[in-house]
Amino acid sequence: MTTNGLLQLVIFFGVLLACVKPVGFYMARVYSGSTTFLDRIIGPVERLLYRLCGIDKTAEMTWRQYSTAVLAFSLMSFLTVYALQRTQGWLPFNPESLPAVSPDSSFNTAVSFTTNTNWQGYGSEITMSYLTQMLALTVQNFVSAAAGMAVLVTLIRGFTRHTTDAIGNFWVDLLRGTLYILLPLSLVLALALVSQGVVQTFGSYQEVTLLEPTVDAVGAEITTQTIAVGPAASQIAIKQLGTNGGGFFNVNSSHPLENPTPLSNLLQLLAILLIPAALCFTFGEMVGDRRQGWAVLAAMLAIFVPLLTITLMSEQAGNPTLAQLGADQLATDLQPGGNMEGKETRFGIVNSSLWAVATTAASNGSVNSMHDSYTPLGGLVPMWLMQLGEVIFGGVGSGLYGMLMFAIVAVFLSGLMVGRTPEYLGKKIGAFEMKMASLAILFPCAMVLVGTAVAVASTSGSETIFNPGPHGFSEVLYAFSSAGNNNGSAFAGLGANTPFYNCLLGLAMLVGRFWVMLPVLAIAGSLAAKKTVPSGPGTLPTHTPLFVVLLVAVVIVVGALSFFPALALGPIVEHLLTSTAR
Amino acid sequence: MIQQLRTATLVLIALTFLTGGVYPLVVTAIAHVAFPTQANGSLIQRGAQIAGSELIGQPFSRPEYFWGRLSATAPFPYNAAASSGSNFGPLHPGLKQAAEARLSALQAAGSSGKTVPVDLLTASASGLDPHISPAAAEFQAPRIAASRKMSENAVRELIRQSTEGRQLGILGEPRVNVLRLNLALDQHQMN
Repeated sequence: MTTNGLLQLVIFFGVLLACVKPVGFYMARVYSGSTTFLDRIIGPVERLLYRLCGIDKTAEMTWRQYSTAVLAFSLMSFLTVYALQRTQGWLPFNPESLPAVSPDSSFNTAVSFTTNTNWQGYGSEITMSYLTQMLALTVQNFVSAAAGMAVLVTLIRGFTRHTTDAIGNFWVDLLRGTLYILLPLSLVLALALVSQGVVQTFGSYQEVTLLEPTVDAVGAEITTQTIAVGPAASQIAIKQLGTNGGGFFNVNSSHPLENPTPLSNLLQLLAILLIPAALCFTFGEMVGDRRQGWAVLAAMLAIFVPLLTITLMSEQAGNPTLAQLGADQLATDLQPGGNMEGKETRFGIVNSSLWAVATTAASNGSVNSMHDSYTPLGGLVPMWLMQLGEVIFGGVGSGLYGMLMFAIVAVFLSGLMVGRTPEYLGKKIGAFEMKMASLAILFPCAMVLVGTAVAVASTSGSETIFNPGPHGFSEVLYAFSSAGNNNGSAFAGLGANTPFYNCLLGLAMLVGRFWVMLPVLAIAGSLAAKKTVPSGPGTLPTHTPLFVVLLVAVVIVVGALSFFPALALGPIVEHLLTSTAR
Repeated sequence: MIQQLRTATLVLIALTFLTGGVYPLVVTAIAHVAFPTQANGSLIQRGAQIAGSELIGQPFSRPEYFWGRLSATAPFPYNAAASSGSNFGPLHPGLKQAAEARLSALQAAGSSGKTVPVDLLTASASGLDPHISPAAAEFQAPRIAASRKMSENAVRELIRQSTEGRQLGILGEPRVNVLRLNLALDQHQMN
């Protein structure tokens, strides 16, 4: 890698880590109901909303009530997104007169956006009206993210409270997360993105005359180019901050009007990891021991950085097939070199690889390059990061509560080794917590593997595979890894907008969201009801490097054991085939 | 449950109004005051006509124009109403065929060398990439000079003017805006 490439990585990690403490501290204040510097502006709006919606902000819920509230809200969201897509043809803000979306695609998209997955089976600019993009998709970008953070906060309350069945009020957590965290950050980011050239308009698509006419697939002359525009910046800002990832345009953040410059790229990259990373600090702050938060963040980085290195080196090495044709793939000051298929010139190898790893570590799923065209090992990393359960940063809220499930497993394992009752943050981890943590970890794994098996074994699943050979298998495995873990990125060659994939992937997304969320809420309730035990000489400290290593090992062993056989059939075979092509 | 559904509906309506209505409208309003050109797609005016967008590439195949990245959009390249990448995996036969077709087209037009910068042989992610690497521009410079009967130095000067360095000196990759460069070439010949 070039010196400049290294420098860009250092800048990225430097700025990200510098933001963790202030943003994490601010979020801790928001969720503990403390005052913040935005109270003067947002406070009146917040109180008005409580009054309009009939919410008593002091009334707390049990974990069962909280779960019912989450499910009720998700159900209403699902129905709204579905209905808007089916009726958009008759509704305003549709300058291109786009017709209603098909029932199976509407189902898939409605599930996708309410579960914070934001898998896109459709091509945005040819499918969704401006109204649908705003009222259905942008709204879910906010609220599905805020719901994830709310559930995380209840888990944290489970650790900090004792002998109570109250774990907070979902409506208050949802509204405060949206109003105080997501909206202000999005507003600032959206305007910064417009300054770089991201479009934000309600005007219709622009028609321009081509400098040199061209011909289309059947030989007809084409003299004009229609440029799709729209209110993109406002949606892109929250798409990144809420780890949603659903793009305004079909090719997401590789589209020059969605991500026009290296600076817009850096801002979006930071936005992808900002809240998931800062929530680690929020966690430490709220449990009263910041070291606990730093330890979890350290474990995430310890997995992130080596995997990033693999993708970077693999992509920079380029494609042997093109080298044989005489392609110059060496990085110099005049060209990025490397495997440039499916990558944009302004991002080159470094920014494309960093994005690919960040977007799949976090359950974001937006892309600035086409993962389907990555080298086998370069593409294996994003796939495996999703299969690890979206816990390396992960989705906002959902990533950290997933990681805390692994932490519970880690203290349980170490408890087994020394023969003592496991404790985490002053709470005894019993059989119930272990059962729930295992469910949360194993259900998405099972969904990914079974879903992939069903798809490749059936005609409906295999006939829309685009690439031949093991890469085609990777496309299917990637799709289920993405849906089952609520990421949303794709090996986009797979024709996934079919009734078969729309339904099966929709199911996978539901499992990946609620079969993790409900066990987490159950654990939160169970922990809150327990007494807090003071730590003794037999307690395993959970802020030490030893625990970080243990946590990393548990995440990797579960991920490797579950998915190595499947990966061997896809990217690993393909890597061996590519090497022999040399 | 009924009570929860009622609250859920009210909260969803309130947040839809706020995040789906007020928020995008506020962003649009501020954007159009502060950054009107960018908000509308960074369009390039040439006389009364719109010549294109600075951020959206166009297809070029004549020898006297610089060529951009390959584009996999359908049904014609650089279709800015339906962005798309090729999605070719590294072993897909289509990847090699597309690169070979580009190689022979370059040779036929009069650009050849021992090696060719890889970005000229590969499709971009969006199919709309407005840029090529400075190496890819330099590779094509002799052909442009020959077919336009200009000196290579004059061509290089125009390349230099259309080259954007790394942003803030560090970020991204150096790149040449192909549409801007080709417009500059036409302008240069008219003068």
